[in-house]
Amino acid sequence: MRSIVLTKGVPDFSDGAVSFNEEGHLERGKTPTVMNPNDAFALEAALQTRVRHGGHVSGMSMGPPGYAAVLEEAMEAVYTDDSYLLSDRELAASDTWATAITLSAGIETYQEEIGNVDLLFAGFKTADGETGQTGPQTAWALDWPIVTHVIALDIDPDERLLRAKRLVEGDVDEIETVEAPLPCMVVTDPEFEPTYRKASHRLTHKRLREETQNRAAAHDRHLTTWDHEDLNLDPDYIGLDGSPTIVSSVDPIPKAPSEREATMVDPADSDGMNEVLGELAPYASGANTAEGGD
Amino acid sequence: MTASQMPVLTLQLEVTLMTDASETDREHYEAVVVGCGPGGAAAASRLADHGIETLVLERGMDAGSKNVSGGLIYAEESAPYTVDDLFEGFREEASERPVTDYYIHNVAGNKVKSYDLTALHQDDTDWCDAVLRRPMDSWLAERVHEKTSETGGGVLTNVRVNGLLRERGRIVGVTCDELDPIEADIVIAADGVNSELAREAGLMDWEDPNEWFQGVKAVVEMEPDVIDDRFDIDEDEGVAHLFSGDLFEDVRGGGFLYTNEDSLSIGTVFHLDSLVEEQAEPHELLDALLTHPLLARWLGDEYDEREYSAKLVPDSKKVAHREPYQDRLVLVGDAAGQMQAQGPIIKGMNHAVTAGALAADAFAVTRGNADPAAAGRRYTQMLENSGTMDKLRPRRYDLARTVGERDRVTDAVERVLDSRVGSLAIGNPIADRVLQRAYNSPFLVSMLPDTRTGYVTLPSIIGEEHGRTLHWESSVEPPTLDERIGDLTYDTDVGNPHIEVRDTSYEASGAAVYACPVSAEDFGGGCYRSEEVKRNGTAATVVSLDTQPCIECGTCAVVADTEWEHPRGGKGVEFREG
Repeated sequence: MRSIVLTKGVPDFSDGAVSFNEEGHLERGKTPTVMNPNDAFALEAALQTRVRHGGHVSGMSMGPPGYAAVLEEAMEAVYTDDSYLLSDRELAASDTWATAITLSAGIETYQEEIGNVDLLFAGFKTADGETGQTGPQTAWALDWPIVTHVIALDIDPDERLLRAKRLVEGDVDEIETVEAPLPCMVVTDPEFEPTYRKASHRLTHKRLREETQNRAAAHDRHLTTWDHEDLNLDPDYIGLDGSPTIVSSVDPIPKAPSEREATMVDPADSDGMNEVLGELAPYASGANTAEGGD
Repeated sequence: MTASQMPVLTLQLEVTLMTDASETDREHYEAVVVGCGPGGAAAASRLADHGIETLVLERGMDAGSKNVSGGLIYAEESAPYTVDDLFEGFREEASERPVTDYYIHNVAGNKVKSYDLTALHQDDTDWCDAVLRRPMDSWLAERVHEKTSETGGGVLTNVRVNGLLRERGRIVGVTCDELDPIEADIVIAADGVNSELAREAGLMDWEDPNEWFQGVKAVVEMEPDVIDDRFDIDEDEGVAHLFSGDLFEDVRGGGFLYTNEDSLSIGTVFHLDSLVEEQAEPHELLDALLTHPLLARWLGDEYDEREYSAKLVPDSKKVAHREPYQDRLVLVGDAAGQMQAQGPIIKGMNHAVTAGALAADAFAVTRGNADPAAAGRRYTQMLENSGTMDKLRPRRYDLARTVGERDRVTDAVERVLDSRVGSLAIGNPIADRVLQRAYNSPFLVSMLPDTRTGYVTLPSIIGEEHGRTLHWESSVEPPTLDERIGDLTYDTDVGNPHIEVRDTSYEASGAAVYACPVSAEDFGGGCYRSEEVKRNGTAATVVSLDTQPCIECGTCAVVADTEWEHPRGGKGVEFREG
């Protein structure tokens, strides 16, 4: 079983890390890049497949050279065997369509040079773009079937079939079981949870973790970078030139005006607190009445 | 269940079904070892030596995270296996300081008479080291994982074995919370004092408080050079101090202090029946020791408690199972009650190591035998032939206790000792020398009956008659129970309590309110509390339980009416020192 997991670096939107300018626009230079949070579930799905059925898992990303750190993180987290970074100035400012074209070229190059891929994993939406388009477009470009919102996954390697539980319309109320032939693209839902109910699987998991410690420490030796020539891509169809959509402007969502005035009271200010208690007193006495009526 | 929860449940069931193994493709290992303490580690290590495919299942998030001991580990000259035989480098890498001096202090108020027990301590002792179980057991588990991986197995943490897998009534493996059922040719239950497997098999129970001790311990921070200075030892030396007498009112038991590399282990061990009878609060008894003037010179002004912990201790004289097996299941260590209380000296881990290794050898020599109980029977013989069983259940104790523990005899002896004549007899200078010798006689000590005479009366008369008076006060202020619980680490299994009170009446379960080491009367932050409720106009006291602060010692399983299980793998308390 050979899998590729697509992952992407995104600005770290967590409190304390993210930086906005006065107009409310993200300051990319000042905000650190981290792995797209939803990709963690795709990585876990790839790991589960590898633990249960053996084989090889590669991480792949498109982006600036700094994204190597994201692939290294993937290696540490789910023990990918190697990393492929599609990186080139010509690829800058790609929209989802141009990104999908590039990624599909990356996978085709991988199949020519490394080996045939059975499964392609991706997370559900990136935290920066929020489009959810790149995965489906990549599957379309490869002409592969795609199963989205996957919450549980089982592979039958002999029948070359996958069976998946997926959420319909992203709601836990509706779950359907689907089958698809391999090769196939799997987009995991944030509800995806790997299960390891066999001791042998957990032992394999543990062995992979032990083996990966040294590998991740020397990530550079397991990283292959491909530019547009390696991928045999025409610059007119990639990057900004190959992007049919352009984000013309971003409007910050205006803050809703507060409807009532707030009074701030320091809990240590006893006069102020007494006033607050005084205001609340009528409601408290109402509660007393209710209790007395029992 | 509300309607909105239904779909979620359906989802979990379906996901599980899809990955469930049918009976035909069940996993099988030659050996499954449950628990990775010293008993399980020794068993697994020996199994791997014999080339046997061995899976070790440990419920803690790390081996040792659930384990507590006093703790001294002994290597006995007469034992067939010691921990350093099986694990090279154990003393250098996994243990704390060796015990080079050993004392007992007989306390009567602020008068103390100390005896040097080094002779008793050294009897049959090759070496003896203080240990902390988290670092020790996790070190052992790493070695065990390396060895067992080579024979197709390994150590898995975060897995709780919850029962025995049976086929046509016969034990054929184990069931787990986290894994599908696993078949095995031998199941070695090294799952500790509260072994659920031993209880499911009907080999052990939690019925009689008289068969158990309860130990409570504080690990106290201290710089290595301060330890050297205050105990007057070199950096490669250590001391053990034992305490008995009226320090703990009339509760039968004693205290201990051991030196670690950069901490002290200070604790108390009491007969559980005595704790219940006296309605004593274990944490208060520990505090009585910590704040006694005798300890002031060692503890100094700065008292920094790293961890509060507790454990049940089986009294092997009464409960060590003489035939600890059933079908393919064998019990080792605490799970089989193999904890020897030799007067003041408690030996458990060494016997667990011996038993674990013998169980592994027994399986190796009977491998392929058609009789599923062949290994268990051989193991029982080996415990007998190696002299291990006679240490755990000395015949002379069985003879002595038939008279010794009878209340009438105790009362008569007590009356004599309490009288002027009795005190004078023990108080004369010749008696002092004889007493020290008697304390140091393994033969006499193993005969000491478990009455208050041995624990309270005799030591306090010795203290009173021979003791020197301590004229200083202790400035130690131990943390409150609330603070102690607050300092512990928990991963609570919210909404899934592992203990349930079957009978909430105070008569049935009230003893847990004081005997539980993390509960107390008039304390709302512990596991057990009692409250007045009015029903139909009459008031009754009932017991309620919150398992969040539970430290999984098992006390309430014995003293209250509960449904008692361990938490799921990785859940519950996590000891960092142990």
